[in-house]
Amino acid sequence: MSIAQDARLQPGKSAERPATAAPTRDFGHPAVWAVAVLLVIMPLIANGFFLIEIFGTSLILGIVALSLMFLAGYGGMVSLMQLTIAGLAGYMTAVLGASGNANISLGWPWWLATPMAIALATLFGTIGGTLAVRTEGIYTIMITLAIASAFYYFTNQNWAIFNGHTGINSVVTPHFLGIDWRADIAFYYVILAVAALCFGAVSYLARAPFGLALQGVRDNPRRMATLGFNVNAHRIAAYAFASCIAALGGVLQVWNYRQISPGSVGVERAIDILIIAVVGGTSRPIGAFVGALIFVLLRTFTLDFLVAIGLDGNRFRLLIGLGFLAIVLFSPDGIVGLWERLRGWSGQGKAQAGGERHG
Amino acid sequence: MDSVAHRLSVGGAGAALELRGVTRLFGALAALTDVTLTVRPGERRAVLGSNGAGKTTLFNCITGDFPPTSGTIRFFGEDVTHFPPFERIRRGLRRTYQISALFPGLTVLDNVYLACCGVSPRRFSPFRPRSNDALVQAAEDLVEAVHLAAVRGRRVAELAHGQQRQLEIALALAGAPRFILFDEPAAGLSPTERRELVDILTTLPSHIGYIIIEHDMDVALRVVESVTMMHNGRIFKEGPPADIESDPEVQELYLGGGHG
Repeated sequence: MSIAQDARLQPGKSAERPATAAPTRDFGHPAVWAVAVLLVIMPLIANGFFLIEIFGTSLILGIVALSLMFLAGYGGMVSLMQLTIAGLAGYMTAVLGASGNANISLGWPWWLATPMAIALATLFGTIGGTLAVRTEGIYTIMITLAIASAFYYFTNQNWAIFNGHTGINSVVTPHFLGIDWRADIAFYYVILAVAALCFGAVSYLARAPFGLALQGVRDNPRRMATLGFNVNAHRIAAYAFASCIAALGGVLQVWNYRQISPGSVGVERAIDILIIAVVGGTSRPIGAFVGALIFVLLRTFTLDFLVAIGLDGNRFRLLIGLGFLAIVLFSPDGIVGLWERLRGWSGQGKAQAGGERHG
Repeated sequence: MDSVAHRLSVGGAGAALELRGVTRLFGALAALTDVTLTVRPGERRAVLGSNGAGKTTLFNCITGDFPPTSGTIRFFGEDVTHFPPFERIRRGLRRTYQISALFPGLTVLDNVYLACCGVSPRRFSPFRPRSNDALVQAAEDLVEAVHLAAVRGRRVAELAHGQQRQLEIALALAGAPRFILFDEPAAGLSPTERRELVDILTTLPSHIGYIIIEHDMDVALRVVESVTMMHNGRIFKEGPPADIESDPEVQELYLGGGHG
């Protein structure tokens, strides 16, 4: 009686996964506090370029990659439309708010335009998710990629809302309480606060019933159904939450560059998010930010480095690609996974100190 | 196929589980053929039959893991034939799997807690449980009930086979089960573990009925009041354990067939 019977019920790979749902006490670790303090006092150390172009940009990309980490790491759903959701939030911030394109922008105040932009992008991502959850594995990647490329071509060709290939420029950023929130230091703290909020929300949710159940759905959807869970509803809710995070990243992105155009939502950009998440590691929320920092550092400095050694500076993607290959080959759970393994090896002599935390 | 009048009839209102003409095809192969079965609330029944008799397919149709090709299934009078599995579970149906279907990366307690969440409106809760949470307490009690309290914090991947089988039962007892399908719960258990299993099954509250698929007659016939024999996807005999055991046809087909 074993025709197709229970074939999907065997533990399989999931047994090898790190116990993402195991209680984590990383917040008590001194290294975590050191990084947190460093991030808070960063404006004292770094100049405007480093503050925004390196750390701010990394945190923003990290937020978008975090939304993919949540879906892929906890839900087992690889979505290539997270940047598209962020892009829609960015576009809506520009369209509903004020910009240099007065014929398109509605000129709403930021406190009205921003929540509306996030709500619309979340709705968009949830609808996309509703389509995607009917598929599994590679088909999820295909359908979300299709959504991403369709959105790219749509923004290119639509002039009424998205202003075609020129996009929307000189987007007005928030000024209130007498502060220009796009000034380097203020903006850095806005980004840091949003990133911390998203990171905290994802970490907290992972151990709440919703997050635990999502990991259950990832490991054994059929069993979850016979425990009373509506598997598809759970997946769609995960898309809604991840969309909201991606949308927050998208709003910061458009405030950062003060402009948005189809180039910001291209398929290449969407792949960048996947690379960031995989390089950082999708087993833990911090991986998204580690991946983003590495990506931004490479993108920013490889050019100078390559030119200095007499090569074509435009080949920085080659380095990223090689790094990506190396990581996928040697550490499928990314830099964070590599780090944990190194710590596991060095900690073996110390009575498995780190074993319980990650076991 | 069933008519509207048939669907609305309340003939099965007194039964916990009522199957009428349930057939399941896999391509040209009929895994179940015209199975009609009625089980009273609180009744405990064994389904026996050799490999390929259709026992697990029967379970899969009852839970909705996959739907029957034709026929109707009523659960406490309600036509659940086209319900998704989770709707049946929320109405009090539970099952265990022949091959343990657990969450190896989670702890024992988290596995049971997850099962408790599944049949509670808290399943979507974004808030972590407090230490005095009722669902956590319910999960702790269940872990205790299946004798796993000593390993409650261990990851399931680290458990022995017998402990995983016990956990499988705990998942099926979460919430307020009204009827449970046990798929070979004793598979691979030691004699001591089998005795513990019989204890767990015989001490279940009497309002909880179940169907058990079990090859081990010592287990099966001690924990049930009726037996259904299946062969080649059909039911060919029903009766109390004593009758089934002494039935020559059964002995020919099953008991004498190298099983037992």
